Amino acid sequence: MNFSNVVTVYLKELKDTLRDRRALMSMVIIPTIVMPALTFGVGKIAAGVVSKARQEIPAVMVLSGEDSPGVVAGLRQDKKLRLVATAADWKDQISDKKLRAAVRIPAGFEAGLKAGAAEPVIIYNYDGELKSGFSVNELERYFRALRDQTVTARLTERGLPATLVRPFETKRENVAAPEKVGGNLLGGIVPYIIIILCFTGAMYPAMDLTAGEKERGTMETLLCSPVARVDLVLGKFLMVLTGSLSAMILSLTSMTLSAAVAGMVFAAKTGPAQMAAMASQAQGAGGTMPMIDPLGLVGVVAMVLPVAVLFSALIFTVALFAKSYKEAQSYVAPMIFIVILPAVLGMLPGIDLNARLALVPILNLSLVCKEMLSGVWHWNYIVIIFGSSCVYAGIALALAVRMFNREDVIFRA
Amino acid sequence: MIEAHELTKTFSDKKRGVITAVDRVSFTCRPGQIYGLLGANGAGKTTTLRLVATLLQPTSGRATVAGFDVVRDAQSVRANVGFLAASTALYGRLTAREMITYFGRLNGMTDAAIKARIKQLSAELDMDEFLDRRCDKFSTGMKQKTSIARTLIHDPAVMVFDEPTLGLDVMTARAIVKFVRDCRDRGKTVIYSTHIMSEVEKLCDTVGIIHGGRLVAEGTLPELRARFGEQDMEEVFVKAVGGEAAVLAALKN
Repeated sequence: MNFSNVVTVYLKELKDTLRDRRALMSMVIIPTIVMPALTFGVGKIAAGVVSKARQEIPAVMVLSGEDSPGVVAGLRQDKKLRLVATAADWKDQISDKKLRAAVRIPAGFEAGLKAGAAEPVIIYNYDGELKSGFSVNELERYFRALRDQTVTARLTERGLPATLVRPFETKRENVAAPEKVGGNLLGGIVPYIIIILCFTGAMYPAMDLTAGEKERGTMETLLCSPVARVDLVLGKFLMVLTGSLSAMILSLTSMTLSAAVAGMVFAAKTGPAQMAAMASQAQGAGGTMPMIDPLGLVGVVAMVLPVAVLFSALIFTVALFAKSYKEAQSYVAPMIFIVILPAVLGMLPGIDLNARLALVPILNLSLVCKEMLSGVWHWNYIVIIFGSSCVYAGIALALAVRMFNREDVIFRA
Repeated sequence: MIEAHELTKTFSDKKRGVITAVDRVSFTCRPGQIYGLLGANGAGKTTTLRLVATLLQPTSGRATVAGFDVVRDAQSVRANVGFLAASTALYGRLTAREMITYFGRLNGMTDAAIKARIKQLSAELDMDEFLDRRCDKFSTGMKQKTSIARTLIHDPAVMVFDEPTLGLDVMTARAIVKFVRDCRDRGKTVIYSTHIMSEVEKLCDTVGIIHGGRLVAEGTLPELRARFGEQDMEEVFVKAVGGEAAVLAALKN
């Protein structure tokens, strides 16, 4: 290996790639602008939709209950429910989402309550529909209150204290620091985005520098030079790695910056205590941007390095087989699913790092990043993961060099 | 100087099994001479030249180029060879100057030497006007000139031309033919493959007729004419490969 030759090849590929609009699109523009916009945009829209759904006063229909006027009047007066006139097609109305829920108050409900016990109240809803779910929550809240009132009244009647049936209360308070809450919330999504970007950033240059060169006929020109093939591979590989890392670093930087800006705007409006509370609310919506441990972010970048090498070398090797850029795309595009699957698995809340999972490529990265972002540093796992990733990356790179030396691959026609 | 001895190259093909693209080919090209490799499409010309330029490795047999073995010392061979083929293209996003400079660096030249050499080549090939423009906007003539400058940047002793006039217009093709002759006149060893009879007649000192991977006839033009009793080169070729039926069969493959 001749280092100055590797540098010569790398610098030429860098210049060539920087003049390529398509490459700039995938390496610079998409990671800097599109990914953060997408993440924030989708989060914002999701949060907006959810809070709008929460604010809506749901339309609810009362079926029967003529002999329980007190309950019906109570429902009518409730500010968070809107009673509509009873109609025979209530089931269709719920299916059509015109009606959020219906409630059947059994005959003789109030009389039953006075006597002792009554038949159950039945709530009809649209299972899995967000707004219908909210209306059910409101109905249940109303009837729970009604039950509590009844119990309290009965106890007072008999001269017994309320603590007889409710001897204690439970309360919950968040003690985790905001960055830990953030790490847990974003710990899953950030490594996922990084892994995907690392892959897509490498895709374009890897295909262009191999299959693309074969297609344009420059590969043969390059092979005429007296440079050893291993130097050519390494120079090209470094360019692919540059693409992968630049996509990752640019998107991380732009995401961190926009998170900081969003955080500042947010902090100006509310206090820091409310922020943590909002962060935990955002769990389902992914709306606001909680804080991330900056040291964790540095750790993530370090852990991603060998994986970026692995991706770059693998895509390079696969694309090398193809005769044309188009053919390379049809080989490389399905590879993204192989990458997404373990990355998504790592996002799931239940899966935690253990010695066996620490050896599974990509998944181990996703899991360890989740931990590091929430300020947890399991050094033994970190060493295993970094070490195994380096081994995988080394194997992939050796494979790329081997393939480049095979004339049936390079001159495949 | 190129010396090939019993060069053989086989490929394995999924459908057709093992194919012998070049079958025990031996020849010698001397400095200051043009050796023409004449053959139909698929006869084994490109494979032979790729073996000489060390782009491919021979299955058996051996060859030396400028005194270096093509297997053991492939890098030294490439350092002494200028390889120009219809299939060797330019980097479209680089300018002609950048393209030539890149290959100068790959050949281990200093930037000062590259600069001086480009100045000289640009004057010889009349390239000044488009030297700093990007190659993807070039006409075929400009591309061909840039490719020539690329092959000559390190002033190699051996020139390998694989059908360099393929797909070129008449004027550009003529310029190439003139350039090949210039190479010979400067004492370089030149090997030139083509299927165009008139180019062989115009250029070559020695002709090797290749058919089905085998060198079926070899000699100077007068020797070949005398041997096959024909004046027309095309007739000589058809007779050498074993008649029209053989030519047709080879083309079908």
